[in-house]
Amino acid sequence: MNYERIKEKLNILADAAKYDVSCASSGSDRANKNNGLGNAARMGICHSFTEDGRCVSLLKILLTNHCIYDCAYCVTRRSNDVKRAAFKIQEVVDLTINFYRRNYIEGLFLSSGIFKSPDHTMERLVAVAKKLRDEENFNGYIHLKSIPGASDELMYAAGLYADRLSVNIEVPTTSGLKLLAPDKKQEDFTKPMLKVKNEIVRYRNERKIIRSTPKYAPAGQSTQMIVGATGETDKDIMYSATYYYKIYNMKRVYYSGYVPMVEDSRLPSIRSQVPMLRENRLYQTDWLLRFYGFAVNELLNDTHPNLDADVDPKLSWALRNLHHFPMDVNKVDKRMLARVPGFGMQSVGKILQARKFRRLNWDHLKKIGVALNRAKYFIVCDSCNWEHRDLEAEKIKGLILQNSTSKFRRQYSNQLSLFN
Amino acid sequence: MNLSKTLIYDGSFNGFLTAVFIAFDERINVADIQKNDKGQNVLFSETETIFTNVEKAKRVWNGIRNKNYNAITNIYFAFLSEEDGVELLLYTYIQKLMATHKGRSVDYSDGVTLRISQLSRSVGREKHRMEAFVRFQLTKDNIYFANIEPDFDVLPLISKHFRNRYADQQWLIYDVKRRYGIYYDLQGVEIVSLDLNEIHFNRNRKSKVFAEGEYDYQELWNNYFKSTHIKSRINRKLHRQHVPKRYWKYLSEKKEAV
Repeated sequence: MNYERIKEKLNILADAAKYDVSCASSGSDRANKNNGLGNAARMGICHSFTEDGRCVSLLKILLTNHCIYDCAYCVTRRSNDVKRAAFKIQEVVDLTINFYRRNYIEGLFLSSGIFKSPDHTMERLVAVAKKLRDEENFNGYIHLKSIPGASDELMYAAGLYADRLSVNIEVPTTSGLKLLAPDKKQEDFTKPMLKVKNEIVRYRNERKIIRSTPKYAPAGQSTQMIVGATGETDKDIMYSATYYYKIYNMKRVYYSGYVPMVEDSRLPSIRSQVPMLRENRLYQTDWLLRFYGFAVNELLNDTHPNLDADVDPKLSWALRNLHHFPMDVNKVDKRMLARVPGFGMQSVGKILQARKFRRLNWDHLKKIGVALNRAKYFIVCDSCNWEHRDLEAEKIKGLILQNSTSKFRRQYSNQLSLFN
Repeated sequence: MNLSKTLIYDGSFNGFLTAVFIAFDERINVADIQKNDKGQNVLFSETETIFTNVEKAKRVWNGIRNKNYNAITNIYFAFLSEEDGVELLLYTYIQKLMATHKGRSVDYSDGVTLRISQLSRSVGREKHRMEAFVRFQLTKDNIYFANIEPDFDVLPLISKHFRNRYADQQWLIYDVKRRYGIYYDLQGVEIVSLDLNEIHFNRNRKSKVFAEGEYDYQELWNNYFKSTHIKSRINRKLHRQHVPKRYWKYLSEKKEAV
């Protein structure tokens, strides 16, 4: 191993890959076979966390940061003056195996700038995965980035070796895409997605008949979009996400607050803040859609096109729909319990079990661990005092905000700080 | 009502289950269940020493499992928390569990039940963290070696995970605090007790026991870790919350210059 050279490449190509948000290693349960190396844990394992608090579970690198495209939002864009490097296929394999053996990672996340052509690039990504599986008997997690515009044949091969495939749609609106990535067309993203989706369905059906059918991209597909670069509304973003969940069976959609890196008249200035609060609210909304049974138009619609900054989306929905409340914790079904602000799905599960034994009161709920400071305005339980008292939405919101602290508070507080 | 008794057992999980069996079987009014090395004064009750009996332990295990599958996991996990007084808490929990007719439900509105499920969750969390934070270093003998220092006794819980994952390499995970380890020799996992005179946590001096190239990979990983964070999003508080400081000394990515 030419240590110094590898080190330099790793620095460059890890640095360029870090803006890809996805690091999930879950959803695949690849077993260790023939006493080989590795397996994939169903819920995934984060082996470390970056200093900005994101999970590190995969070795996330680019194969190369050479690129023929010139997308405004991308560090690797052709016109950006950065150091370029490229890994050899064997180098990526060696790094992955040696990191994996030391229990640093769950597997590999391999993306790439596009050199020569989409197919040429995709072919090399597939070659890395194939080598890991066939020659190293590696059963850890592999996430390959599909290169926009790659051929169906290569997408097919990729899914045979990878656990997850993803292609980033980058910009949630078509007009935004035209502005920021003039070389790319929406079909370049959606065509490979459709191919993968169809293969997943086909393989799943075949597995029902012939059990030995190999798995095809068992952890499914994901995608990512940049938030806050083109002036789209939260409604635009979440409706777009819902579309991808529905049409392409996405396992995850990631939202990446735009990090200004280059000065460009089409983009927010280099001094602008990363919209972290907004990103956080979008993830909360995404969660409500996937796990809490909300429909997207309940949370975002023409009269309410953007999420609130000061309260989370579930509380915001509840305040706009006070006629559903108060709910009786000892009576309503799971679906309704999940809609109470301050109740997470874990608490909901515990409440459902506990109320088979007795009627629950404030004390029980507190011990179970629900966020009573929010929930108390929306529920009744086996205690006579009831906090709702027909308060108006604004009043409830005020009371809740008064009694809560949030790391984002400074960002939405109108109060001027004396010492800044 | 018969006199209350304190049961003394050998500290093993089977020993504890045997104690539970005897308490149920002989209808003992249990004052406490204690490990024999605890040496606490038992003032107000007489004591009985329990000899571990795997058959009896198994009957308790199966009895609980048939009642509620999740409960047996909770009990084992909570036991490994090594918390003071956990045995009596578990005994009360098992009594409640056996008396209920509610099938598979768990009464989260009950204090004891809730406490057990919290303890079990804490241990479960650390089990998961250890699966994440073990950092193997390759020795010259071709064994991947790791030190850990968990709050709870999680080695028995993580052995299966590592056996399934690292089937083609020899490895040894050593619990510095409890002075024993689990070792996989390509055939099976065994428990080894050894006194290591040198603990290999993060420090600047390189050790000769490790293979050539070992420190290169540690440094590559350390470097990789440094280039993953995005400056404009830095959040050290969140970072520390995810990777508590007490684990840092065994993490190669937290090492300053090998």
